[in-house]
Amino acid sequence: MPDTMVKTDAAAQKVEKHPVKKVLVICARGTLEDVYASLIMANGALMEGMEAKMFFTFFGLEAIRKGNSDNLHTATVGNPAFMRNLPTMVGGLPGFEALASSMMKKEMEKLDIPPVSEFLEIIDASGGEIYACKLAADMFHLKREDLIDEVKDIITVGEMYALAEGEGAQIIFV
Amino acid sequence: MSEVLIAGKSVSVNEEGYLTDPSQWNREIAEQIAAEVNITLTPKHWEVLEYLREKQQAGEMLNIRKIGKSGIVDIKEFYQLFPGGPLKNASKIAGIPKPASCI
Repeated sequence: MPDTMVKTDAAAQKVEKHPVKKVLVICARGTLEDVYASLIMANGALMEGMEAKMFFTFFGLEAIRKGNSDNLHTATVGNPAFMRNLPTMVGGLPGFEALASSMMKKEMEKLDIPPVSEFLEIIDASGGEIYACKLAADMFHLKREDLIDEVKDIITVGEMYALAEGEGAQIIFV
Repeated sequence: MSEVLIAGKSVSVNEEGYLTDPSQWNREIAEQIAAEVNITLTPKHWEVLEYLREKQQAGEMLNIRKIGKSGIVDIKEFYQLFPGGPLKNASKIAGIPKPASCI
């Protein structure tokens, strides 16, 4: 039944809300845009006063591999949304992906979007927690010292779920 | 938008309680809004608030990265000074619009 009553401020506040209090962002991809989507959602949660945890797995680990955070690329092949009129073969030319990625990074800098490494530092300084997936780290032969200092721990999937415990918690998979 | 009485002064605020006219702001108003979000303003808070007002007046988009590079506070400190949505709370206390940035 539609609610036709005009709500006053006080009445509006009485409506029961279930606000998001915590997010767990799982980043399983290592492309520039997927990593940025993850970072922006985690940082955005912190800025809203929510808790935020990040879990990097599989190719997502590339974002938190020491010295590699700022070397991520966007796919110029197999990415139909990227420059629609560009023939796929051109996207595959040597150096094209690096060029496109550096152009994207320049556009982001104009919007004051920090480079990935700085973004991770910001999230850490803001009280966000960054974790790496144990299974993926084992698979890629990565140890704690191979990952950036901001990584709190290398954890199992069970431990990852425990990060999302509590009322008002949401898991976001990228 | 509505008119409310804050610290004995009638000011216009939007539905979220942000002042719609930064020129109506004064220190007493800031203190009262801060008290509502359980913040007691220290000299460091004032430095941040003045910085935010300055940047807003200059037409600059405010975001967490800029705060971190302000030279006034680092990001950790900023979160400690204004807990629970730092830039939102700080902007509200500073009497400037809610930041519209995603960063």
